[in-house]
Amino acid sequence: MAETVSMPKLGFDMAEGTVVRWMKREGEDVKKGEVLVEIETDKATVEVEAQASGVLRKQLVTEGAIVPVGAPIAILGAADEPLELPSMAKSGPPGLPTTPVEAPKAAPGRAAAGGDGREPVRAKASPVARRLAVEHAIDLAGLGGSGPKGRIVKRDVEAAIAARSIPGYEAAPSPLAASAITERANPPLSKLRTTIGKRMQGAKQQIPHFYLTAELDAAPLMALREQANARLPESGKLSVTDLLVKAAALALREIPNLNASFAEGQIVRHNAVNVGVAVAVDDGLLTVVVRDADQKPLRMLGQELQAMIARVREGRARPEEIEGSTFTVSNLGMYDIDHFIAIINPPEAAILAVGSVRDVPVIRGDEIGIGKRLKVTLSADHRVTDGAEAARWLQVLRGFVEDPLALLL
Amino acid sequence: MPLLTMREAISQALWEEMERDERVFILGEEVGVWGGTYAVTKGFYDHFGPERVRDTPIAEAVIVGAANGAAMAGLKPVAELMTINFAFLAMDQIVNHSAKLRSMFGGQFTVPVVIRAVGGGGRQLGATHSQTPDVVFAHFPGLKVVAPGTPHDAKGLLKAAIRSEDPVIFVEHATLYHTRGEVPEGEFLESIGTSKVQRRGRDVTLVTYSKMLQLSMQAAEVLAQEHIEVEIVDLRTLRPLDMAPVIDSFKRTNRAVIVEEGWRSFGVGAEVASRIYEEAFDYVDAPIQRVGQKEVPLPYNRTLEQLALPQVEDIVRAVREVC
Repeated sequence: MAETVSMPKLGFDMAEGTVVRWMKREGEDVKKGEVLVEIETDKATVEVEAQASGVLRKQLVTEGAIVPVGAPIAILGAADEPLELPSMAKSGPPGLPTTPVEAPKAAPGRAAAGGDGREPVRAKASPVARRLAVEHAIDLAGLGGSGPKGRIVKRDVEAAIAARSIPGYEAAPSPLAASAITERANPPLSKLRTTIGKRMQGAKQQIPHFYLTAELDAAPLMALREQANARLPESGKLSVTDLLVKAAALALREIPNLNASFAEGQIVRHNAVNVGVAVAVDDGLLTVVVRDADQKPLRMLGQELQAMIARVREGRARPEEIEGSTFTVSNLGMYDIDHFIAIINPPEAAILAVGSVRDVPVIRGDEIGIGKRLKVTLSADHRVTDGAEAARWLQVLRGFVEDPLALLL
Repeated sequence: MPLLTMREAISQALWEEMERDERVFILGEEVGVWGGTYAVTKGFYDHFGPERVRDTPIAEAVIVGAANGAAMAGLKPVAELMTINFAFLAMDQIVNHSAKLRSMFGGQFTVPVVIRAVGGGGRQLGATHSQTPDVVFAHFPGLKVVAPGTPHDAKGLLKAAIRSEDPVIFVEHATLYHTRGEVPEGEFLESIGTSKVQRRGRDVTLVTYSKMLQLSMQAAEVLAQEHIEVEIVDLRTLRPLDMAPVIDSFKRTNRAVIVEEGWRSFGVGAEVASRIYEEAFDYVDAPIQRVGQKEVPLPYNRTLEQLALPQVEDIVRAVREVC
């Protein structure tokens, strides 16, 4: 019995995926569990395994095609059985979106476009905004929506029209415009780049950020780390990030209001403390998620984090490893950064930006000595929390960092 | 201009029409000797006599049935139903006879009957005596349904209703009788089937009628302090429904809130919102909001009754929602 392979839903907000590479040719034998195809989602490249054994009878889309979740991409079956192909739109050249005309009959109960019925990419705009945008040749995709739930409304389009009509607003050449820089061919944005752009732009436009910076005494933490690492094997040593993730997780357990999301006009507190850690990858960054970080022993937390970071850098992260964080820690300490300010990673309510541990002169009593200091900046969503509460959170964090034995308990 | 109560305005309209046209007569429960449950016909019995101000048995089907027959025979009856809730007892007469006789008999006669019915909640009369079922009647072609929100419109529209060749359900909101408004002296008519802008504003179109007009005007004052300028379109007539001022306003404001006292389900809000979507979809900037009564039989308890009925704050909230 021939079986249709559909674009899998690899993340809760995945609407479509790109077929990066077929690992099996048409006519090739496939065993259940073997990798059939590589799919690129917004966040990662994922190997998709065959759910049944058989022969890959037909690849329904070419490499590079962008396919909605739930749409058929291949047919597995016996070598000689007659095939009934799902009706498909003519495949365009590789790289162009391929849209199935009809959902496969074999998958009842599943929405045709996108497993969750959402349209893949359509700017959310009111009808009048849409009409005005067409009349004035404004690209809705480039606008932020100020209406309810981020909807682009009339005033947003009017603002864009007004901005455009300010002389020189659009045409003003930057000093660099004429230089060779503009001559370089622009490579198309990767999915990851596009996603980061959209999410960060959305976050900055929609979340009223506020920022609190604190300088922490890092000496106890560094001492503890040194002592611990002297007893740990090379492959299992603790990083500053591990310790800070644990400290942040415990602080979130103590002040749970920062472990929350602002959604649809209300604050949703999360039961689990899942700390995301920002990881730089080629051409972007991802957050890997330490689930229940407040409850895991440090060593386990460190090993998990290390393994996930390695996988994500190879582009082999599993969806559950990069989703579901409730708070993020971003550490640029290894790049010799004094301190920095991070953009909140939606739908979280806060993010902690960590700078480098520095040897600095410190005053103890009447003496000046050498101390180790670490600057952290908390960015928080003002719809969820306020300055005083965020400051209290930093105090709790300071407690764990400056008296780090608690991290081991 | 004199300030009259709604009761006085309605009373004047009846009096003037009875003076003008001797075919006009009144029938209903307690309209004669007692002067009307809401004192609208006080003094009529003494002035016009028992032939033209007729007390009837407590039998609504009889009241409307007799009015239908009299209208077919050439008179101009004004039937009063003590509350619109009792109109359900006369439903067959209203929807199967008043509404349809003219077209079913090829226009051999008309049915120029006016059925005055007192509606609305808010007076702790219990679920069966507090309804606002105006839309039920507006559902039927052949009927005209008029529900004024000001003394001025009550007078002008009732006079027009009495002169109409077709049956008119004229809904008077019980809690509006004592409200005052400017009413011009002397003869004037308002035309049935025309909506009217009662307040100008640029930010949002608020569509309403009857008692909710008064609440909407108060809500508009609150919102003006927040610099939200509300334009209020008073439908005045539910059938035939005049959408022109609504659409005209909506094309400027791009936002609408519809306020009715009855339940939202299958109501005025549903009808007006669909027509806006049909006629002005490309002007929509926010999902249209509806304000109406909570979907329960209206409680008797005063606090609960007020909670279930739409209030000024509900209107204000709905407007903020679309702005």
